[in-house]
Amino acid sequence: MSTSTLAAGGTLDFTGTRAVPLSRLIGVELRKLGDTRAGKWLLIGIAAITVAVITIFFLTANESDRTFLNFVGITATPQGFLLPVLGVLLVTSEWTQRTGLVTFSLVPHRGRVVAAKVAASLIAGAAAIALALLVATAATVIGGSPEAWSGIGAHSFGKFGLLQVMGVLQGLALGLLFLNSAAAIVTYFVLPTAVSIVAALWTALSDVWPWVDLGTAQQPLFSGGDLTGEQWSQLGVATLIWVALPFALGVVRVLRAEIK
Amino acid sequence: MGRRTALAGRMITVDSVSKRYGRFLAVDDVSFECRAGQVTGFLGPNGAGKSTSMRIMVDLTPASHGTVRIAGHRYVDIPNPGRHVGVLLDASAQHAGRTGREVLTLGAKTMGLPDSRVEEMLDLVALSATEAKRRVRNYSLGMRQRLGIAHALLGDPSILILDEPANGLDPAGIHWMRGLLRSYAERGGTVLLSSHLLHEVERIADELILIGNGRIVAQGTKQELLQTRGAYVRAQEQEALADALARAGVHAVPSGTGLRSDAEAEQIGKVAATAGIALTELRPADGAGLEEMFLQLTADSQRDTTEGVAA
Ligand SMILES: Nc1ncnc2c1ncn2[C@@H]1O[C@H](COP(=O)(O)OP(=O)(O)O)[C@@H](O)[C@H]1O
Ligand SMILES: [Mg+2]
Repeated sequence: MSTSTLAAGGTLDFTGTRAVPLSRLIGVELRKLGDTRAGKWLLIGIAAITVAVITIFFLTANESDRTFLNFVGITATPQGFLLPVLGVLLVTSEWTQRTGLVTFSLVPHRGRVVAAKVAASLIAGAAAIALALLVATAATVIGGSPEAWSGIGAHSFGKFGLLQVMGVLQGLALGLLFLNSAAAIVTYFVLPTAVSIVAALWTALSDVWPWVDLGTAQQPLFSGGDLTGEQWSQLGVATLIWVALPFALGVVRVLRAEIK
Repeated sequence: MGRRTALAGRMITVDSVSKRYGRFLAVDDVSFECRAGQVTGFLGPNGAGKSTSMRIMVDLTPASHGTVRIAGHRYVDIPNPGRHVGVLLDASAQHAGRTGREVLTLGAKTMGLPDSRVEEMLDLVALSATEAKRRVRNYSLGMRQRLGIAHALLGDPSILILDEPANGLDPAGIHWMRGLLRSYAERGGTVLLSSHLLHEVERIADELILIGNGRIVAQGTKQELLQTRGAYVRAQEQEALADALARAGVHAVPSGTGLRSDAEAEQIGKVAATAGIALTELRPADGAGLEEMFLQLTADSQRDTTEGVAA
């Protein structure tokens, strides 16, 4: 009872206690990413697959295709699959494992916990991308094509990073919205396919579709070259619908939910 | 833990708290206080509303009505609340894949405590180094309770809120916990602990709050509640004594080999003396009142449940 001192009149004196800083909460959430067997293997899996796809590409591709950007680009899909799962689990395990009882009684300002989880997931995503860049650099140095370093600009990294950030945020959003790992992960994987099937069938809406379908709107991010103003707008609108909206609804749900 | 005087401060104030789930009132206008230096037992059968009330205290469940103050503050306004209020709501609510030590480490890091605090707490609750390395899924309920108590004590708080902490502990464990909480209260700490077993709390609690169907049915010091009014009386001439009492307007019913009455021993003695009846025994009635009340409450809630199922 050294931290809480009882003041006169029998009230507790809290003035000597500082609120938990966000940086500490982010550290705790980063730790939670890897402190269970499942979490640890997911992290190892992301790293291993990143190294593996670059290695396989290195061994199988034509010499002329062995460019730095191709090495990096090959990691986009597998990382895009796995990084959002990291975010989903970081959120939903508080409910499925009921650790939220402890987490949110230690930090009753739930928004701060959500912010720490977002930050931790993005940091993990950035680390995965950094690993991809590192391995791609090594592969290019060892056996890249003569033109391996050409065409690299800030925009190529920017688009690559933007894709992964959107994936991670969408994973977090679905986790917050469903508070259930299976529902969030299935939705994350099935939703784009379902939407594109509808898009293919509902031809009358083909003009509207690039604005509504995130997959279509994201296409330009995969290819080289700059996005047009319209493409940026389409990306913004689709992101609003499929990332920002579920995120906002999810946060409202978490702030209001009874935790038990 | 530092020195502290056991002031009779109101550390937890629950004021007219209600919680409604749809049309069901799980907590119905509950008010009570917990004071520093005392162990308050929150007693009630399963489903009485204990856990719901406790979740409301730490802002995990929004109350439909009423307020809770921790030493005059709202729980959300307490900076780094783990340093002031130790909470154990459900020992099983831990990530099954984390080790016991990791669970405590996460708590210590959140609260900004050194790692050495984790070791101290493991020692305190007698979880060995090997046990601390095991994953919580392999813990018995008793070990989870110990881990939960360790977690609640991590931040060296002045207030403890513990939901059914004795659940799953073996008799030695219950004895240990009783000693721990007693000495904690003696150093000025405030303890609120719930239980659905009377004998579990009546040994440790100074204050008792009895809750049933969401409502508080009795509260007071243990002495007040364990004491029952009335007396037990025996005489050779039982019939004559019963007549004399009836004539004097004192209600008495046969109990064992004697009579039991709501009146005090003194009044019964006077009636017997006036009637010239020699008594073989006269004493205050046994303190079985709380137990009876509790049994009644449990029976009532079980009947409710059965009716609910039948309906
Ligand atoms: N989400 C809910 N919806 C409906 N009823 C609930 C809900 N949560 C709890 N209850 C009911 O509230 C009552 C009180 O539960 P609880 O506080 O857990 O009791 P205790 O801890 O005393 O055993 C129980 O009847 C329980 O079924
Ligand atoms: Mg309960």
